[in-house]
Amino acid sequence: MTKRSVTHGIFTIERRFAASPRRVFQAFADPEAKARWFGGPPEWGPNEKTMDFRVGGRETNRATPPGRQTHSFEALYYDIVPDERIVYAYEMHIGDERISVSLATIQLFPDGAAGTHLKLTEQGAFLDAFDNPKVREDGTIGLMDKLEASLKE
Amino acid sequence: MLNQSSSVDPLFHALADPTRRSMVERLARGPASVSELAGPLSMSLSAVVQHLAILEASGLVRSEKIGRVRTCSIDPSALSLAEQWIVQRRADWERRFDRLDQYLASLPPESDKQE
Repeated sequence: MTKRSVTHGIFTIERRFAASPRRVFQAFADPEAKARWFGGPPEWGPNEKTMDFRVGGRETNRATPPGRQTHSFEALYYDIVPDERIVYAYEMHIGDERISVSLATIQLFPDGAAGTHLKLTEQGAFLDAFDNPKVREDGTIGLMDKLEASLKE
Repeated sequence: MLNQSSSVDPLFHALADPTRRSMVERLARGPASVSELAGPLSMSLSAVVQHLAILEASGLVRSEKIGRVRTCSIDPSALSLAEQWIVQRRADWERRFDRLDQYLASLPPESDKQE
């Protein structure tokens, strides 16, 4: 029987981009533009993905790292203010286990004449399955993959 | 409740630097001595030792001195599961935003009129 637990977490990332809020917003809103930068590490192979960018619309993404369980992401857009704000909730699964449910808020602010200050906030609930040893192992390996992948780009 | 002032703060600081990320990447493949870590880096040994101290403070890397050799290794178990989750999500976003920056830079100049 699964041991039940939940842990909450929050983090914020702030970045500045040399492009207008309109352009940065488009990079989130247009599926082709988003595919240019949002995907997983290339060694994970092709993602299965869908995107319906509107309030009430869903976005899904599934990828299977070599020799590991499928990682899947399913999001629902709750609030979209063009060029200013995107709010969506998403759940993550590894294999059959739901490991977390999170809320992501992306805020765009004009920064100087042609720049954007982006603020991303994620608030998450990490569920009992996260303590499943197999998931834990995948998560730890995943962390190292991310660090390695971030260096190759 | 984990938040930005929790024990993950030193970790984010540690991973914000490309030199330290390259050291972590090397250690992800197995333990290494300080001089092995310094080998591919174009900086003084003392600078490498300073980076190492920041990585150790983050909890992600530990080192042990045996005789005259200090050996470093990764210790992700120092992080709670939720911390690991946050570090992963954050690393995802940092990597994506690096790519978003490149993508935005590849676009033609913006005009004020349309788009």
